[in-house]
Amino acid sequence: MTRFLAITRTEMLILRRNRWLLMATLIMVLFALALTFAGSAPTGTLGVDMLTVSVASMTTLSVYLAPLLALMIAFDAIAGDVDRGSLSLLLSYPAGRGEILLGKFAAHLAALAFAMTIGFGTAGAVAAWFGGAGPESLMALARLILTSILLGAVFLALGYLLSALARGATAAAGLSAGLWLVFVVLYDLGLLGAVVMDEGGTFTQSVFPWVMVANPADAFRLWNIAATEGVAMASGMTGAAQALPVWAAPASLLIWPILGFALARAAFRRVEP
Amino acid sequence: MTDKALSITQVSKDRGKTRVLDEITLSLAPGQRVALLGHNGAGKSTLIKSILGLTPIHDGTIRIGVAAPGSAQARRETAYLPEAVSFHPALTGREQLTLFAQLSGSKVDVPCLLDRVGLSDALDRRIGTYSKGMRQRLGLAQVLLGQPKVALLDEPTSGLDPISRQDLYAIIDELAGQGTAVLIASHALTEVEARTDRIAIMRKGRMVADDTLTNLSALAGLPIRLKVRASANPEALAAELGGKRINGASIEMLCTPDDKMEALRRIAGMGDAVADVEMTPPKLEDLYRHYAQEEMQ
Repeated sequence: MTRFLAITRTEMLILRRNRWLLMATLIMVLFALALTFAGSAPTGTLGVDMLTVSVASMTTLSVYLAPLLALMIAFDAIAGDVDRGSLSLLLSYPAGRGEILLGKFAAHLAALAFAMTIGFGTAGAVAAWFGGAGPESLMALARLILTSILLGAVFLALGYLLSALARGATAAAGLSAGLWLVFVVLYDLGLLGAVVMDEGGTFTQSVFPWVMVANPADAFRLWNIAATEGVAMASGMTGAAQALPVWAAPASLLIWPILGFALARAAFRRVEP
Repeated sequence: MTDKALSITQVSKDRGKTRVLDEITLSLAPGQRVALLGHNGAGKSTLIKSILGLTPIHDGTIRIGVAAPGSAQARRETAYLPEAVSFHPALTGREQLTLFAQLSGSKVDVPCLLDRVGLSDALDRRIGTYSKGMRQRLGLAQVLLGQPKVALLDEPTSGLDPISRQDLYAIIDELAGQGTAVLIASHALTEVEARTDRIAIMRKGRMVADDTLTNLSALAGLPIRLKVRASANPEALAAELGGKRINGASIEMLCTPDDKMEALRRIAGMGDAVADVEMTPPKLEDLYRHYAQEEMQ
C-alpha cells in the first residue's frame, strides 16, 4: 500500500510540476464557459433553464475533450519511462507492475477529476447564476462531471495499453492520436454512413443502437442524454436513446475502464525494458 | 549454494535465432567485487537484466541468495544502476530518491544520502537541470538504499569525471565492506584493474574468462615489456640484449614473467651503457584483448 501511494504521490507531483494540471483545468474552464454563453440562446424556445442547455453543450464538448486530455497524460506513462531508461530501474524495486500501473492510474484520474470538476463546475455555477437552475439540471451537471471522469478513465486505460505496446513515447503519442480519431470521430461517421445506406432497415432498428453504445464516447453521450429529458431536447438526440434499455449506456461506460485497464495490465506484463 | 550472494549456473538465452547468453556460469560471494568486461553486444546488459528478472532466460538457473530472479525477495535484495540512467526531468533529486526509498521500504535519511554522492547542493533542483554526471550520481545514491545483498552496476563510470570515479570506487568499496556482492559491467579497464577482486570477460554471449587478474595474466602468458634507454650506443645495446630498436636511444624487449629477473640482471650488468629501464607488466587492456578477441584471429 505504501508503494502504491508513493507512486501516486510522485505522479501527482509530476502533473503539478509540469503544469499539466493547470493547463487542463484552464482548458476545461475556458471551453465550458465559452459554450455556456454561446449556447444560451435557445433557452426561451425550449422552455428549459440555462443550466440545462449549458450541460447539453458541455456534454458535446466533453466527448472530445475528456478522451483527449486523458490520452495526453497516458501515452507517456510506460513508453516515456522506457525511453528514459528508468523503467528497468523502477521494475527492479519490490513494487509489482500492477501496483505501478494502478498508482499512476489513481494519480492521473485524480488530476482529470480535478480539471473536470473545476471546469464544468465553474461553467455550471455561472449558468445557474445568470439563467437559473433546478434540481433536475443540477443533477444533470453532477452526472456530466461523473460520466466525464469515467470517460477519462476509459481513455487513460487505453492510453496505457498503447503506451505499453508502442516502441517509444513518440510512437505512443501517434497511436493515441489515431485512437482518439477512431473512437471520437470516425466511429460515428462510419455508423452514420451505415444508417444512410440501410435506409431505415433492420440494421438501423435493432443493431445500430447497440453498436453505438459499445463505443464509450457514444455511451457517455447517450447516458447523459437519456437521463434528462431537457438535455435530450436541447441536444436533439432522443431517438437512439429510446431504442436502448436504460442500463446499456451506464454498463458500457462502467465496463470499459475495467476492460481497458486489464488489457493495459496484460500488455505491460510483456514489456521488457 | 546458499553461501553465495549471487549464483548463475549454465544460463542460456536466445533472442530470435541468436544465442545472446550461452551457458554462462558465474558466482559472487558476499563482499566480492567482480568486473564484467566485454564489447558492446557481448551480453553484459542482458545478463544483468536476466539477474533482475526483467528478461526471461531459456536455460539454467539464477539465484540471488536463495531467491529466484524477479521474486519479491530477490527484488528487495538487489540494487541496480542502469546504463546511462535518466529520471523524470520534472522531479527534484530529493523527490526521486524519496520515491525509491519508499518503494524499497527503507527509512534512510535522503538528504544525507545525496550528500554522500556529492549532490547536496542540487537536492531541490529539478533533475532536468542535472548534468549527465549528476544523474549518474543520483543513480548511484539509490544503489546505497537499504543494504542490498547484490549490487549490479551497468557502466557506472560513464559520464563521470576522474574525481567522481574515485568517489564511485570508494562507494563500491563501502558496499563491498558491508557485505554486498558488487558486479560491475564496465569499459573503463584501467580503473577496474585495481578495484576489483575478480574479472569476468564475456564475448558473444559466452564467458571466456573468470579469475583474478594475476591468474588471468599467468594463464594468458602475456609478456612483460622492458624499455631500456642507452646512454651512448643503442646499436651495441640492442645487439647485446637482443631487443628491438624503438627510437633513437631506446630498445624494447619482451620477456615472460619467469625470465624477468634474469633479464634485469643482464641489464644491470651492463653498467653505464644503460641510462634507464622501464618495466611494464601486461595491462588489463592487453589481457582483455587477448581473451575477448581470442577466436577472431
